[in-house]
Amino acid sequence: MSTAHNVRHYPGAGLVTWVFFLWLYAPIAVVIWLSFNENRLVSVWTGFSMKWYEAALSNRALLDALRVSLTVAVVATTIATLVALSAAMVLSRNETMRFRRLSETVVNLPLLLPEIVVAVASLILFSQLGFSNGMARLIVAHSAFCTPFAFLPIRARMQGMSRDYEEAAKDLYAAPFTAFRRVTLPLILPGVFAGAMLAFVISMDDFITSNLLATGGTTTLPVYIFGLIKQGTTPELNAISTLLIFASLIIATFALVLSARSMRRG
Amino acid sequence: MRGARIWGLVPAWVLMLATLMVPLLIVAAVSVAERGSYGGFAWDFNPLSYREILFSEDWDGNLVFDPKYLAIIGRTLLLAGATTLICMALALPVAYVIATRPPKTKALLIYLVTLPFWVSMIVRVYAWLIILGSEGFVGRFWHWIGGEGTLLFTPGAMLVGMVYSYIPLMVLPVFAAIEKLDPALLEAGADLYGSRWTTARRVILPLTWPGLAAGAVLVFVPALGTVLEPMLLGGGKQMMMGTLIQTQFGGARNWPFGAAVALVLMAMVVIVLVINARRSIRKEARA
Repeated sequence: MSTAHNVRHYPGAGLVTWVFFLWLYAPIAVVIWLSFNENRLVSVWTGFSMKWYEAALSNRALLDALRVSLTVAVVATTIATLVALSAAMVLSRNETMRFRRLSETVVNLPLLLPEIVVAVASLILFSQLGFSNGMARLIVAHSAFCTPFAFLPIRARMQGMSRDYEEAAKDLYAAPFTAFRRVTLPLILPGVFAGAMLAFVISMDDFITSNLLATGGTTTLPVYIFGLIKQGTTPELNAISTLLIFASLIIATFALVLSARSMRRG
Repeated sequence: MRGARIWGLVPAWVLMLATLMVPLLIVAAVSVAERGSYGGFAWDFNPLSYREILFSEDWDGNLVFDPKYLAIIGRTLLLAGATTLICMALALPVAYVIATRPPKTKALLIYLVTLPFWVSMIVRVYAWLIILGSEGFVGRFWHWIGGEGTLLFTPGAMLVGMVYSYIPLMVLPVFAAIEKLDPALLEAGADLYGSRWTTARRVILPLTWPGLAAGAVLVFVPALGTVLEPMLLGGGKQMMMGTLIQTQFGGARNWPFGAAVALVLMAMVVIVLVINARRSIRKEARA
């Protein structure tokens, strides 16, 4: 069958797709490319240089922001993953339970609500409670919106999993916690890792919530980047953005590969 | 045993109650509170904030209809709607091409569609700031073809940024819908002397409609609450509801008014979600 008569072939669709992918990656590529530009003017290419990376890595304010971001992301990811794991265990084991749908919606609630509204709501609550520790505020808020990102891969993994192994452990008189630790957890571990990594990336990248809740000493990396952008574009900003791009892409790739594999083997 | 297992849900419920549901009720309460003298608010019932959305007081203290904020709400709806439509138009051919590739290529292309979504929102918006700026590629091209002024700080710049931010959320559900499509139906369309475009319009489009609708909700809802694009690409002058809310809690310090606008935004989101829920219930009832 020649393509002219092939109903599944649409002229132009292929071209649109090529342009689409070009458009999807051009902005990211431009930032990476310009970060190696020697010139102080962002868009005038004069030669290759790594000096903006040196400048970025010796910038104290930047390193402080990075430390805040990492601390918040690690703690929030841990909390979110534990909360998500515990919820996924219940929801996948009791398909017919009451309020299952409602509970599932509640776990995924942060995905349904506009982030700015949730951020403002948290700000009002925290200020009413006199809860003024910036780091703790960020950790609580990040834990909440990271939970669905940790939950979805774990839930998907558990749905595809056979329960025979758990039944076998129970038949061999394993205590519930032993059965969980020795049988269930190793089986769902790829899903748990994938979920944790996605939660980590989401926390590291967040701007809207962090910008509203951060206090003087707890500027996160995206909030710091926003401050730099307001002062004007500089090559150092490109270097910082490039580092953040690579960190996000590598972690997300690991997570996506891991969860795709765990689905196939399920 | 069964009862004990339910306890696993407690942390999730507590976390979401404490960080989302209770705070949202407080936002509702604050929206009808009195504005505090030094920022913040005072607990006093006063629905003034909602009146402020539509009316302002003139020199003599008379209430005058003032479309200032209504224009922001309108712009938000318009930009979020346009973003959704452009994403639909882009996602259809792209998802179709991806869905008709061999399995390995398909997996790779879907991975490539999702990947930019994980790059920090602020970095993605910043990238467009460079590209559209007068020194950037698109900016220079614009001058070269005789365009005047800057492309930045326009609704168009915001639209480009928003489509770029939310497009993966449209491609994925549309792809899932197209993938489920039975190729035999397309052949049937051709066998009955339907042209390619007739087949597209009469067979593919109706069958991918659920995917498009799901994608529309996924794009439209976050687009309503967009903050970064209007702040950076819109230059802060082209306000949207997200930025209006944000400024009330930052510089402007009118918490009750900010809370009122936040509730209006929430109401718009809830309407979209309810329409979507009814649609999927109808679909289940038919199936």
